[in-house]
Amino acid sequence: MTSLRQFWQSGPRRDPNTIAYTVLLVAAISFPVLAQVATGGNSSFIISVAGDAGVYVLLTIGLNVVVGFAGLLDLGYAAFFAIGAYTYAFLASDHGVVTPLHEAIHLPFWIVLLIAMFIAASFGVLLGAPTLRLRGDYLAIVTLGFGEIVPRVFKNAATWTSGVNGISALDIPSLPLWIQGPWAGAPFGIVRDFKIIEPLAYYVVMVILLIICVILVRNLHRSRLGRAWMAVREDEVAAAAMGVNTVAVKLLAFSIGAAFSGFAGTYYGAKLSLVSPENFGFAVSITILVMVVLGGMGNIPGVITGSLLIYGVIFIFLPQLPEYATGFVTSVGLGDLTRSNGDFPGIAEFISRLKFLVFGFILVLVMLVRPQGLLPSREREQELQKGTHEDTTIVDVNAETA
Amino acid sequence: MGTIGEAVRRRRSDLRTGLMGRALDIGLIVVVAGFLILLTTRVIDHGPSYFLQILAFAIANGGIYALIALGYTMVYGIIELINFAHGDVFAFGTFLSASLLPIVGLNEGEPFVLGSVFLLLVVFLVTMLVCGVLNVTIERVAYRPLRHAPRLAPLITAVGMSFFLEGALFLWKGPSNVHYPNILPSAGFEIFGATIGAKELIVIAVSIILVIALALFVDRSRLGKAMRATAQDRDAAQLMGIDIDQTIAATFFIGALLAGAGGTMFGLYYGTSVFDLGFSAGLVAFTAAVFGGIGNIYGAAIGGLVIGMIQSFWDGYFDSAWTQVIIFVILILVLVFRPTGILGMRVPEK
Repeated sequence: MTSLRQFWQSGPRRDPNTIAYTVLLVAAISFPVLAQVATGGNSSFIISVAGDAGVYVLLTIGLNVVVGFAGLLDLGYAAFFAIGAYTYAFLASDHGVVTPLHEAIHLPFWIVLLIAMFIAASFGVLLGAPTLRLRGDYLAIVTLGFGEIVPRVFKNAATWTSGVNGISALDIPSLPLWIQGPWAGAPFGIVRDFKIIEPLAYYVVMVILLIICVILVRNLHRSRLGRAWMAVREDEVAAAAMGVNTVAVKLLAFSIGAAFSGFAGTYYGAKLSLVSPENFGFAVSITILVMVVLGGMGNIPGVITGSLLIYGVIFIFLPQLPEYATGFVTSVGLGDLTRSNGDFPGIAEFISRLKFLVFGFILVLVMLVRPQGLLPSREREQELQKGTHEDTTIVDVNAETA
Repeated sequence: MGTIGEAVRRRRSDLRTGLMGRALDIGLIVVVAGFLILLTTRVIDHGPSYFLQILAFAIANGGIYALIALGYTMVYGIIELINFAHGDVFAFGTFLSASLLPIVGLNEGEPFVLGSVFLLLVVFLVTMLVCGVLNVTIERVAYRPLRHAPRLAPLITAVGMSFFLEGALFLWKGPSNVHYPNILPSAGFEIFGATIGAKELIVIAVSIILVIALALFVDRSRLGKAMRATAQDRDAAQLMGIDIDQTIAATFFIGALLAGAGGTMFGLYYGTSVFDLGFSAGLVAFTAAVFGGIGNIYGAAIGGLVIGMIQSFWDGYFDSAWTQVIIFVILILVLVFRPTGILGMRVPEK
């Protein structure tokens, strides 16, 4: 314990994130093996879930640029996610035949990925340009509205998007080359035109994409632009006085965040092979925000940890909780609680309804108790702490004069 | 604050009022005129009685939104925070009053007599007070500790509070629509073939009374004066001996009183509510507040009326599936063309 403490204290300038990155990387690489061992060979479901979790990790990395680096609140992040997913659905499926186009488009996944990023970023600029000239917090409500509108548009413009049914049977992404081996239950060899259909292949592609994204965002954070974001976040007027073009800088953060969301949306659509307007509601935006805030705004390993934690809780733990609760309640002899009674829907349903409440609670609690999050960014921690403890300095001044 | 910031801002406001500002105003007029022409053709198609009917709905709807918008604008005016939880306080008002009505003995299908008016008044008052206390509690717990924190912090707690309340309402009544006892008399009178119900008249009258009462309160009373002073310059107000915390709490309380009244009327008028009502209604009401010029009480009242009317007219004459989209487009257009709102009040910037 002391050696660990010494290690932390020995190098104040050492980046504590190095350890976090290493742990995350090791975990990502060893996860498929561990899952294989733990499930006794039937790991494909767990690895598939992990691939889905990767989508949320991508989303939090992107939202972290907006909320964590630039200090802007984006409440409609799921809208860009939807735009990315629908872009893939339009450009890589037979759906084009039933739209007024009467022509199916089949672009490769990797091309659409870039197109979707571009389209999502363009929407980000369109939305951000009028709003970011004004007050920062107007962005919150405008993005909230945008997040509400986009799924509605996809739902209502049924001639183009087939409405609530969504678009299904999207193309399976493929790679020109892929190395096969015993880990996939096949002999060594190189496969040409490899279809990414196995959960493990998805997982591997996801991890590679994530590594690329983390390196990109980390470099952005350390660039001139990253410092400009920090300046704008801390004091906009001062940043403007120092020659930072605040509107352009904020707009860049917002549209880069949107691009990430579009990117994640494309991946999500390809994995699910289905897009539907129901999957991109406000709850998704809030989920991502909770992940960023809980993990630690502005710190990349922090938000990754936050997203994995929250993903585990809401997609793995919470869905099973009602069952456990029913079992527990019955075993302690309160069997009445399992039945619905008036407004009380029964313990199982009651617990499955707790999600919203818990999310709101986490947001408030984290901001009040530990605004820097679980794995904080150093600069952000100082900033947020300074804010909450400003009153104490006034008390000190009084004590001195007395 | 700094003189540089002020210079930048002056430069910007020059831009707004100069040639650029005029061009933007013309743009707004063109957009509005386009909508009005489209609407007029539809109105002529459908005949006058339909128009009058829709107009009555529209004004009642606008009255309710005005009450919600006032809460947003007051809070924004005084501490520059978008109180996301406000819409959910309103939704809580609908739920609470729906439960209170049977308790005081007002049930569906019973004749509405003079005694019922008194009972309904009790429901109104209790709902308003509970909403007020709820909103003050929210302020105390979630916003006051973060008053000196970076702006992002209270915004996030506001969203969290909104989600928390929504979750609580969800736990209370579940995901389906909540039936609201229909106790108001369905009587009405006919005018040019349109039926103007007693419901519309009651909603409109209560809205007008509350807005006037609020305006008088803010204009005349000591506390109203303190609120205006705090909104203008919090530090100077504090030096003048105004209790800032108390004034801000009072603002939240009064805003929520109106939301509670609005919630009760929404339930009585539409006969239904749902746990995430506050989300959509809050978005519309905030649009109304921005439309009227945020921070401006008259602006919020007029904005609420106009936005509520646009909503009803769109529902009546166009495809109602697109109504939310239109409201949001209006929000963007106002922000692009006239960020200070129709009354042209400055956003209090500090």
